[in-house]
Amino acid sequence: MSRLLTLNLRIWRQDGPGASGAFESHRLEGVSADLSLLEALDVLNERLIAAGERPVHFDHDCREGICGSCGFLVNGQAHGPRPATTVCQLYLRSFADGTTLTLEPWRARAFPLVQDLVVDRSAFDRLIAAGGYCSVNTGQAPDGNALLVGQEQAAVAFAAATCIGCGACVASCRNASASLFVGAKLAHLAQLPQGQPERGRRTLAMHERMVVEGFGSCSSNLECEAACPKEVSADWISWLQRERRRARQS
Amino acid sequence: MSALPDPQLPAGHLADAWRRTREGLPLIAPARRGAFPLLVVGTGLAGASAAATLAEQGYPVTVLSFHDSPRRAHSVAAQGGINAARALAPDGDSVNRLFADTLRGGDFRAREAGCRRLAEISSAIIDQCVAQGVPFAREYGGTLATRSFGGALVSRTFYARGQTGQQLLYGAYQALMRQVEAGRVRLLCRRDMLDLITVDGVARGVVCRDLLSGALEVHLAQAVLLATGGYSNVYFLSTNALRSNASAIWQAHRQGALFANPCFTQIHPTCIPSGDPHQSKLTLMSESLRNDGRVWLPVRAGDERPPGEIPEQERDYFLERQYPAYGNMVPRDVASRRARELCLAGHGVGPGRQSVYLDLRDAIARDGRDRIAARYGNLLDMYERISGDDPYGTPLRIYPAPHYTMGGLWVDYRLMSSIPGLFVLGEANFSEHGANRLGASALMQGLADGYFIAPATVPAWLAGHGAPVLSPDHPACRAAVARVQARIDGLLGSGGRTPVDAFHRRLGRLMIDSCGISRQASGLRDGLAAVAALEQEFHAEVRVPGGASGPNPELEKALRVADFFGLARLMLRDALAREESCGAHFREEHQTPEGEARRDDEHFAHIAAWGHGRDTAEPILHREPLRFTELQPTTRSYR
Ligand SMILES: Cc1cc2nc3c(=O)[nH]c(=O)nc-3n(C[C@H](O)[C@H](O)[C@H](O)COP(=O)(O)OP(=O)(O)OC[C@H]3O[C@@H](n4cnc5c(N)ncnc54)[C@H](O)[C@@H]3O)c2cc1C
Ligand code: FES
Repeated sequence: MSRLLTLNLRIWRQDGPGASGAFESHRLEGVSADLSLLEALDVLNERLIAAGERPVHFDHDCREGICGSCGFLVNGQAHGPRPATTVCQLYLRSFADGTTLTLEPWRARAFPLVQDLVVDRSAFDRLIAAGGYCSVNTGQAPDGNALLVGQEQAAVAFAAATCIGCGACVASCRNASASLFVGAKLAHLAQLPQGQPERGRRTLAMHERMVVEGFGSCSSNLECEAACPKEVSADWISWLQRERRRARQS
Repeated sequence: MSALPDPQLPAGHLADAWRRTREGLPLIAPARRGAFPLLVVGTGLAGASAAATLAEQGYPVTVLSFHDSPRRAHSVAAQGGINAARALAPDGDSVNRLFADTLRGGDFRAREAGCRRLAEISSAIIDQCVAQGVPFAREYGGTLATRSFGGALVSRTFYARGQTGQQLLYGAYQALMRQVEAGRVRLLCRRDMLDLITVDGVARGVVCRDLLSGALEVHLAQAVLLATGGYSNVYFLSTNALRSNASAIWQAHRQGALFANPCFTQIHPTCIPSGDPHQSKLTLMSESLRNDGRVWLPVRAGDERPPGEIPEQERDYFLERQYPAYGNMVPRDVASRRARELCLAGHGVGPGRQSVYLDLRDAIARDGRDRIAARYGNLLDMYERISGDDPYGTPLRIYPAPHYTMGGLWVDYRLMSSIPGLFVLGEANFSEHGANRLGASALMQGLADGYFIAPATVPAWLAGHGAPVLSPDHPACRAAVARVQARIDGLLGSGGRTPVDAFHRRLGRLMIDSCGISRQASGLRDGLAAVAALEQEFHAEVRVPGGASGPNPELEKALRVADFFGLARLMLRDALAREESCGAHFREEHQTPEGEARRDDEHFAHIAAWGHGRDTAEPILHREPLRFTELQPTTRSYR
């Protein structure tokens, strides 16, 4: 049967944006190694509720690594130690019995804190609103096969489009830059014929919005790529610099 | 207590009926559209596509979602693909075939006009998504690639790796954000819709709770569109996201919207099983795995040996044995049912003996590990992460999980519910899938509703019925806010000691046992009594910490679970009333000697549309008869 283990959790608790926060320690004994870290937090919350305390607030929904809702630092690493894994897919069997895990929210100027491990990532939506689309109204689309797209090209566009908007790239960057997020969206659309008409305008608009929203500039240490649960390549960041030059010249 | 309204079905030939209908719908002049504010609840495929399209046409749209971003709606999790009948299909696929497969797949419990329309629209959906930049898979020559999916003999499923829903949703989300930037959509995230506002039986707005401040807000419009997804979470463990819920449609039902076929729920056979009571969800493994995996159980009940030690002659490849023609590829409901029978007889494996093996050994021996990894790598990695087992070396353990709800609010051909001015889109309505949905058809339906149908029918209704937007201090608004406030106060003040999840888990167990893969009258009756008792216990014993202001995720959960109780009872009632087996609804009393479903077209060829019995407390059943002109009901057979 499944292994049981003890976890020592140090969790950032903060009632709200204006309040002061602090780490709070909890010891969870006898939890199954087959649970995910979020399920361990569910267990902890049931105990806190029974004890009349406020449960730990964290964002989550799909719990299968695709919606991008979850995300916090685990021992300083965005989404924890496993590569290509969101924190909802991080299972306790990755950890030794008696481990101490420090959980804290994304820390970035553009992601204000909401409560405990929850931050406000709506800045990402505003980045997309600045130009992350092809301007085509419903009903105006030509035949989908009118534009041929090579198999390889479609695969490259897909790989960039797979970003789930969780914010791990920003959280793991010294400068809290959104370069990987923006680069991935620009790359997705620029690899496809549909994205060509607005390519330059889109690049400049999304880049400008990134500055307005308070994201920093790229710190070039590639932590974003390492933290990305979808393994979006940081090559798109240097590509983004070239794209900007291209856009300004045209 | 609404009666059954006219379903507004088109007259004349089915083919082209939608085009004829659309051409006859009244329009609103572009310059006047700004005077018709609309409200869309939900930003999944259905909601985002509808909101973007209506805003493009010039209507001011307010969009509400409980998520922190529209991009997180559970449509994002759809893996397999989206169906469409395209001109120039290489294998002779056609609109006729897609129409027939949808109607047959639903076991003749859907309207043929709706199925026909879906098939006709399907191709334009693909064009629209391509134009938005959705990176569909391509053939070497650059044309759109397709694959085949369960329940169909042609290849008509378009896909983007194993993340089709994600890519389609991002297309719709980006179109929506473009309208936000243009100032035509007001996007309000982290809002839970908790009630519907009606005046003289017409929908005029909603009450929602701001999930950060806790404030109750009133939002008013000339029409309300609900696109709030399915209710599989009534079973607690399902393939849906944890916060997926039925509250929006359930509260609309309580305000008079008919609820159709609530008991039609689909259980998917290939999910990763549960081990621990604190497991929070069941993760879907795409059914494409059944193309290469062989499903088996030990011949001897109670066999404790690890799978590798069970010799070939002691393995029962039960689907291949029972269905030589289709083998492991029988439809979802059949596979789930056969597995369940054997598990109940003690042959099951894994914790609680509830799983079956899905074995890739022979496929790996035939094609090599690399080919299998190329085909299913992502899925197998996910399996390994969740279960801790190596799927290349030992058979996968799979388990059936509630996955999709065909039932939902009753809508007419124009997607309007029985409450005028209230439209329902996507999985939240009951349309087109009858008693069983085919793979890759939900994405198609959600986008057909959102991109093409509602943007034609909502303005048509407004043209004849638009009334000035209410003032927020209208008595109907105050009454709706008071109803919500009373529900919140009741939950916060219960004084109990048990967390919400404990009740939800028990409700889920009751529902899966009594109203799951297999149903029978006594079990359904016992279920009704047990759910009613649990509901009472919930209201007396639940503990919701914290208060009404500020963020309170436990209060959100409690409000959702409170609504699931009522829905659960309606599902049980509907399952009891439907004295036949059809599609995913299997009544043990109604089966052939071989254990196959026995449909009763004489008595049950109808949509069961339930009204909320406000005065009598008993729900009222209306029957909308189903008529078939193009395709006559036949018996589904996979033997
Ligand atoms: C794991 C999985 C895989 C699937 N794979 C496929 C597939 O391959 N092909 C296919 O065709 N179908 C598939 N399906 C089914 C399909 O994905 C869904 O039926 C479809 O995406 C539902 O879309 P929707 O827009 O109706 O709802 P959803 O995408 O669920 O969106 C609901 C929206 O409503 C909002 N909402 C809900 N309640 C409230 C409330 N009370 N207040 C405010 N907002 C609210 C949510 O925030 C969300 O924005 C799959 C389903 C699952 C679960
Ligand atoms: S909860 Fe959806 S990605 Fe983690």
